[in-house]
Amino acid sequence: MQFAVEGAPAPATAGRDPLIVLAGVNKFYGSHHVLRDVDLSIERGEVVVLIGPSGSGKSTLCRTINRLESIQSGRITIDRQALPEEGAELARLRSEVGMVFQSFNLFAHMTLLQNVTLGPIKVRGLRRADAEEKAMALLERVGVGGHAHKLPSQISGGQQQRAAIARALAMEPKAMLFDEPTSALDPEMINEVLDVMRGLADSGMTMIVVTHEMGFARSAAHRVVFMDQGSILEDAPPAAFFENPRCERARDFLSKIITH
Amino acid sequence: MSAVLDNLPIYVTGLAWTLLLTLIAGSVSLLAGTLLAAARISPVPLLRAGGALYVHVLRNTPITIVFFFAAFVLPQLGISLSYFTFAVIALSLYYTAFFCEAVRAGINAVSPGQAEAARAIGLGFGQTLCHVILPQALRSVVPPLINVLIALIKSTAVASAFGVAELLSNAEALANAESNAVLWVLGATCLFYLLLTVPAGLLASYLEAKLVFNS
Ligand SMILES: Nc1ncnc2c1ncn2[C@@H]1O[C@H](COP(=O)(O)OP(=O)(O)OP(=O)(O)O)[C@@H](O)[C@H]1O
Ligand SMILES: [Mg+2]
Repeated sequence: MQFAVEGAPAPATAGRDPLIVLAGVNKFYGSHHVLRDVDLSIERGEVVVLIGPSGSGKSTLCRTINRLESIQSGRITIDRQALPEEGAELARLRSEVGMVFQSFNLFAHMTLLQNVTLGPIKVRGLRRADAEEKAMALLERVGVGGHAHKLPSQISGGQQQRAAIARALAMEPKAMLFDEPTSALDPEMINEVLDVMRGLADSGMTMIVVTHEMGFARSAAHRVVFMDQGSILEDAPPAAFFENPRCERARDFLSKIITH
Repeated sequence: MSAVLDNLPIYVTGLAWTLLLTLIAGSVSLLAGTLLAAARISPVPLLRAGGALYVHVLRNTPITIVFFFAAFVLPQLGISLSYFTFAVIALSLYYTAFFCEAVRAGINAVSPGQAEAARAIGLGFGQTLCHVILPQALRSVVPPLINVLIALIKSTAVASAFGVAELLSNAEALANAESNAVLWVLGATCLFYLLLTVPAGLLASYLEAKLVFNS
């Protein structure tokens, strides 16, 4: 697995045909305005780290990108396609964006192999044998091939999260969303998950990563996006953001997490 | 005592009818209740509202009224069936609401992250339910389902009032014939019900202990 050092090189974005575009997105929970006029566009192969204080709307932003949450106004397109409201078409398009959760959310009653093959078989219509072959390769790639026939409860959190990444990759997504993928892990397991994510970034995957791991943001991200109270306040390359945050709230936020 | 022993075959046929009633009404209402539970958590508001209405109306209606409805109102609508069938309909209508709520409680016990992960890999509502939610809900839902079944077994006795020759009505006939042994006859009837309900209750506690231990 390769390690990118000191700020990954910018992805080739010659034609400027962004993969993910959010334009004027607003989201409310009742009267609570959770996303405010969010504009964000993400190039193919770009790795964007999303940071901000608790409750700033990072998870909500991720969840709206693959329509786990609906939005009240604005537009979200993936590869120039707008997501439909609901129904079978949405389900299919949703699988084009992989999602990795803080709490892993592996299907508790299934082995890792079954977890990884369920989507390819039921959504993509792959034959079981083909799906299993592909799944084994993915489980090997994230380093849990030896546990393929175990239940999630029988392996460590780090191993579960790596299997969850394999499950998302099995759908051959165009982009991957990570919502605090290492926040529920014991410290000694954080790096094994971050290493898998670095490998994925190096392979050219488009990624949005919500994380408090500033080391990862510095080394693997092309851009850092800072959110507060539902708005994007800053959007800069990691070096510029960490050395010289422009807005007061970003400086405040950084001083708090760096002392921790 | 002899009033019971001499008439054992009558008890046994009564027991058989009770079992049959339980089996058919139980299967129908378990299936319908599961579908109704799916409706109650579906993304379609109309289905959710309809499901909730059904459950609230049926759960808060005395079962005897449901029997009256099946046995007297349906024939007036030109539907003529045997009393046994009416009893099956009444019990099924009624217990669908209860099975629905037991299944729904089981579904709610499954962490919401499971459904979210299923949706995120592109599974639709039905697929998420069948492959991810229901298999996990089953663990916590089996003991409450058996308790609903026990209630159903006991409710089959209401069918006797509507001319179905199940356990209680056979016992009533016996009690009339053997009027000096009413106590024995009814006592034995209780015993036969217990023969059905106690093992079911024990099974529920056993499964409860086993499933909780495994999870
Ligand atoms: N299902 C919901 N219903 C109502 N309000 C919600 C819901 N989910 C989130 N919120 C609110 O929306 C706001 C943004 O939440 P969100 O989870 O996106 O924040 P976050 O940046 O991910 O925070 P954290 O770092 O704590 O995960 C918060 O104020 C939260 O209370
Ligand atoms: Mg969050």
